[in-house]
Amino acid sequence: MKGKPLVSIISAGLSKFGKLEGLYGREIFAEAAKEAFDRCPNLDPKKDIQALFVGHMGESYEHQGHTGATLADWAGLLHIPATRTETACASSGAALRAGIFAVLSGLYDVVMVGGVEKMTNRTTPEVTEFLAMASDFPFEQWHGITFPGLYALMATAHMHEYGTTEEQLAMVAVKNHHNGYLNPKAHMQKEITLEKALSSRMIAWPLKLYDCSLITDGASCLIITKPELAKKYTDTPVHIIGSGQASDSIGIYERESFTSLIAAKIAAKQAYEMAGVTPKDIDVAEVHDCFTIAEIIAYEDLGFCKTGEGGRLIESGETTLEGNLPVNTSGGLKAKGHPVGATGTAQAYEIYLQLTGQADKRQVKDARIGLTHNVGGSGATAAVHIFRRE
Amino acid sequence: MSEEAPFTIEQFYKYVEQGKLMGGRCKKCGTIYLPPRPLCTKCFSKDFEWVEISPKGKLLTYTIIHVAPVQFQSMAPYAVGIVQLENGLKIPGMIRDVEHEKIEIGMELQVGFEKPSATASQWPQWPRYYFKPV
Ligand SMILES: [Zn+2]
Repeated sequence: MKGKPLVSIISAGLSKFGKLEGLYGREIFAEAAKEAFDRCPNLDPKKDIQALFVGHMGESYEHQGHTGATLADWAGLLHIPATRTETACASSGAALRAGIFAVLSGLYDVVMVGGVEKMTNRTTPEVTEFLAMASDFPFEQWHGITFPGLYALMATAHMHEYGTTEEQLAMVAVKNHHNGYLNPKAHMQKEITLEKALSSRMIAWPLKLYDCSLITDGASCLIITKPELAKKYTDTPVHIIGSGQASDSIGIYERESFTSLIAAKIAAKQAYEMAGVTPKDIDVAEVHDCFTIAEIIAYEDLGFCKTGEGGRLIESGETTLEGNLPVNTSGGLKAKGHPVGATGTAQAYEIYLQLTGQADKRQVKDARIGLTHNVGGSGATAAVHIFRRE
Repeated sequence: MSEEAPFTIEQFYKYVEQGKLMGGRCKKCGTIYLPPRPLCTKCFSKDFEWVEISPKGKLLTYTIIHVAPVQFQSMAPYAVGIVQLENGLKIPGMIRDVEHEKIEIGMELQVGFEKPSATASQWPQWPRYYFKPV
């Protein structure tokens, strides 16, 4: 079982990420679907794709729920079964798992998974409120705790416990903005300096504007199949060799630790064991940097460094494009953007590009094994996937 | 009355309205839940009793919220934190009556109780507890 492909990705698509004015979620998803179809000429979408699973966080943004069927229609896939998965910001990480289960069950040969979120039509206070719905209502939201506020609580604790600094947090932003600058589909395609990040306006102390991911519109998708059928569609499939998911209390206040996400640790352990690899084997990773502190905690939870040393790891430069373990080569949620429902499969899209040598200016040389780490809310859900090239 | 009161979040806030911090103790295994739950998630018993919780504790972590949701915008910037009470349980809430610069991890705080709002017409009509210096 170890390292054996569970399913294989034969194609992937990503819309432009950004403030896509005038575009509705379903229209954005159609753009991602079109790229995936064009990328795989041997695939006949109407004939071959048998089911769709899509991540979508909230009805509030567009006053639109029932996303599965809507997206199947707009991607030209009527009348296949289409189901929405919701695990907050990990919704499409969960959609990917649902797709894996669907193929592994033997019921389907080819399945599309993906996600979408349209957010920029709303004001920042509205988005703040909608995002907070993924946290505990009666004790967190009710007492004025926002989403950045929850991660700020983790940041304060991490700084207190391990001496992590605001500069180290800002370094995550600088790195990811640099990577986003190299990614034509990223929302933010501009470099920032450490000074600019540190002097940006306060959101939830110690987190400033540049510590926070962006409010972004976007969609992503993957087309997956049984490993033995992959070569029928492409010469360069990417195999998914590990998949883990775990849950935790919705309120962070009930957790033992505020400096790590237990769900992410459990999901990572499952994925590593299934894949038969260790953190040292990972060549490139996309982690859930919804806030800069989240990337630092992710380094620790994923075993890229020891507990408490995430701040020193970003400082070492090892996770830049030139380092030994480039993290968030796409620009991450920080600079590529975080259309919440689309993020999980957008991370997988980047790993797909990296492992098939299509990541252009941000290509990691000889990348063979990749990882995605997708977190829902403040860590009540986490999904980790491990990928290997042919 | 308190013996029969349901072990719900709604009831927890009714006690807050009376100026009391109340948790539910599982009669079978002794675990105390704050907020109360209807099912003991350790031993699966449904047999609980209300216990009053000491309102004193220590600040574990905090933040100052500058960008607030719509309904809290008039209060920003405001401090929120997670306090570990004397019995070991943790709850989040706003920290009031102290300058933000003087807030620090480990400081002693106690729970205060807000007067219920007479104007609230929508669900939920919960009063808020908060933390203040001892
Ligand atoms: Zn019990």
